[in-house]
Amino acid sequence: MKETIKKLVETFGPSGYEQDIRDSIRQEIERHGLATEKGDEVRVDALGNLIVLKKGAGDGHKVMLAAHMDEIGVIVTHVDEKGFLRFGRIGGVYPHTLLGGRVRFADGTVGVIGVEKLEDRTKMPDLDKLFIDVGAKDKASCPVRVGDVASFVRPLADMGDRLVAKAMDDRIGCAVLLQVLRDLKETPHDVYFVFTVQEEVGLRGATTSSYGVAPDLALSVDVTGTGDTPEARTMAVSLGDGPAIKVKDGGMLAHPGVKNWLVKTAEGNGIPYQLEVLEGGTTDARAIQTSRAGVPAGCVSIPCRYVHTPSEMVDYGDVTHAVKLLVTALSKPIELM
Amino acid sequence: MWLKRLSEAGGVSGHEDEVRQIILDIIAGHVDDYRVDSIGNIIALKKGDGSSDLRVMVAAHMDEVGFMISHVEENGLLHFHKVGGLDDRILPAKVVWIGDKKVPGVIGFKPAHLTEQNERDQPIKYKQLTIDIGTTSKAEAEKLVQRGDYATFATEFVELGLAGEGWQTVRGKAFDDRAGCAVLIELLNTQYPFDLYAVFTVQEEVGLRGAQVAAFAVEPDWAFALEGTGANEIPTPKDVSPSTRLGHGPAITVMDRSFIADKRLVRLLIDTAEELGIPYQIKQPGIGGTDAGAIHRTREGVPSVTVAVPCRYIHSPAAILNLDDFDHTVQLVRESLSRLPTIPR
Repeated sequence: MKETIKKLVETFGPSGYEQDIRDSIRQEIERHGLATEKGDEVRVDALGNLIVLKKGAGDGHKVMLAAHMDEIGVIVTHVDEKGFLRFGRIGGVYPHTLLGGRVRFADGTVGVIGVEKLEDRTKMPDLDKLFIDVGAKDKASCPVRVGDVASFVRPLADMGDRLVAKAMDDRIGCAVLLQVLRDLKETPHDVYFVFTVQEEVGLRGATTSSYGVAPDLALSVDVTGTGDTPEARTMAVSLGDGPAIKVKDGGMLAHPGVKNWLVKTAEGNGIPYQLEVLEGGTTDARAIQTSRAGVPAGCVSIPCRYVHTPSEMVDYGDVTHAVKLLVTALSKPIELM
Repeated sequence: MWLKRLSEAGGVSGHEDEVRQIILDIIAGHVDDYRVDSIGNIIALKKGDGSSDLRVMVAAHMDEVGFMISHVEENGLLHFHKVGGLDDRILPAKVVWIGDKKVPGVIGFKPAHLTEQNERDQPIKYKQLTIDIGTTSKAEAEKLVQRGDYATFATEFVELGLAGEGWQTVRGKAFDDRAGCAVLIELLNTQYPFDLYAVFTVQEEVGLRGAQVAAFAVEPDWAFALEGTGANEIPTPKDVSPSTRLGHGPAITVMDRSFIADKRLVRLLIDTAEELGIPYQIKQPGIGGTDAGAIHRTREGVPSVTVAVPCRYIHSPAAILNLDDFDHTVQLVRESLSRLPTIPR
């Protein structure tokens, strides 16, 4: 999977600008000849969600798996007379992750993030004290316009068991969905693999795609935080202890039946897992859960250190176990208890 | 140009009746069908010429920010709540109209003689303010005003500048979003290739509520939200964004707090503007929110964009807009709508 992960994390795709990453995912699907059997479908909806149906053998449920394609980024709000750019956030971007970093615009233009003189170096400056320098001499020669968007620049580092890159949130979820699509040979269920847009700005793609799919049951696959680094916020999730089955997060309570179904599957098949109770943040399943008349929903989360920084770290074993958990769970009839 | 009538009408979120009636009277002869839905939106249909099967929704909100009377004091002074986003600092000493009869009032304020410097340095919270309608008892006050009545800033619409010379600006309240309503009314003078649903929405200022249900009912293929948006040209020593500028043409939104605009629609607007020589500007991304925020997430999703007339000092008693910007907004949206069937779905 590492080759796919590298390709996905290094592709451009801030919220609302998912065309490149959507094309990449489609290419992966075509390259491996996935979703080509009778009844299978691949379509893109009005907001840009990529919806892939793997038709089941019958008698099963309509199951939606969601992973978001978009990543956090920045958007240019002003080009000053000297050609420096002021910018705003797309999703949860924080100044302390930005200083000295680099960003890349859709056309390949690279910029460095600089900061005004600081009156007090012990205090973190607000975003309005930062700017992007693309090396322009003045406004007229600046290749960037107000409204252009950029993502972080950071190649994947393969440390063996651990992988570090920008946009692991949530390209790792996309990679898991692609692998499940490859490995899920037989299933009674109609499984909709939905690669969603605009999660980072408010679960917007999941809102519309779940209305369109109208699933009986849904899981999102996204990253979650960990509590295993020095002086970290307390959280009983660690890198390498297996995929995390969500109990709750800041926006949703997982359906207990869905949680139990995943726990039972993991325990019955010797797949390591941990339970996730995340205090802040949420994911696509929150929007799916309240779609139409309501959908039982849960999450398989990939533990991730340094979420929403340009260097997000995951454990490769957690990733492959997440794939195994999902494939095993979806291969059989589902009973929620 | 209906802006004067629309601006002076009362229409605080949840009580858009006066504005709605004015709009219904104006558009009745220019649309093929219209109805008022259960929450109070006007949904009007302007039938297309039959050459395109698209359904297009164009929305502008009728409501404005304002006040609701929450409690009448024994001495006849009125406590109030804010409806929509109002900065407490602008409230003291402003004159208001209360209720359908536009009872005149003023938000009371201690004069400079009676305040200390440190008091004057602090903004006053709206909860410490009351509206004075010149009565001296609760019984007397309640003959004019009831708890639950709405109030607006008492602002008459005026034309500014030298008559017939230079750029023409106007001043009034509620340009957010009566400017959008006035643009939408102008657009109904033209027939388009497709069925156009002109939707005058309610309750935008309190959470895009009217647009949410209207979009569900209309089920459009594309949507445009029309706005009066903020321009901040007060001089600063720093070279930073004014958000939008008066006189620089309609402001196109690429992203705000409520949505990310559809790139095809942004492209359509820019291409149309550049081809026809219509001035335009990109609004400072990331701030504010409009009906498009609710519309684009309706059902399976609706590609949407927002186009706005720049206005200084919105959400205050006196906003200023430039009439060239207004005319250019009408022109840009009208021409872009006509070309809409040519862009890829």
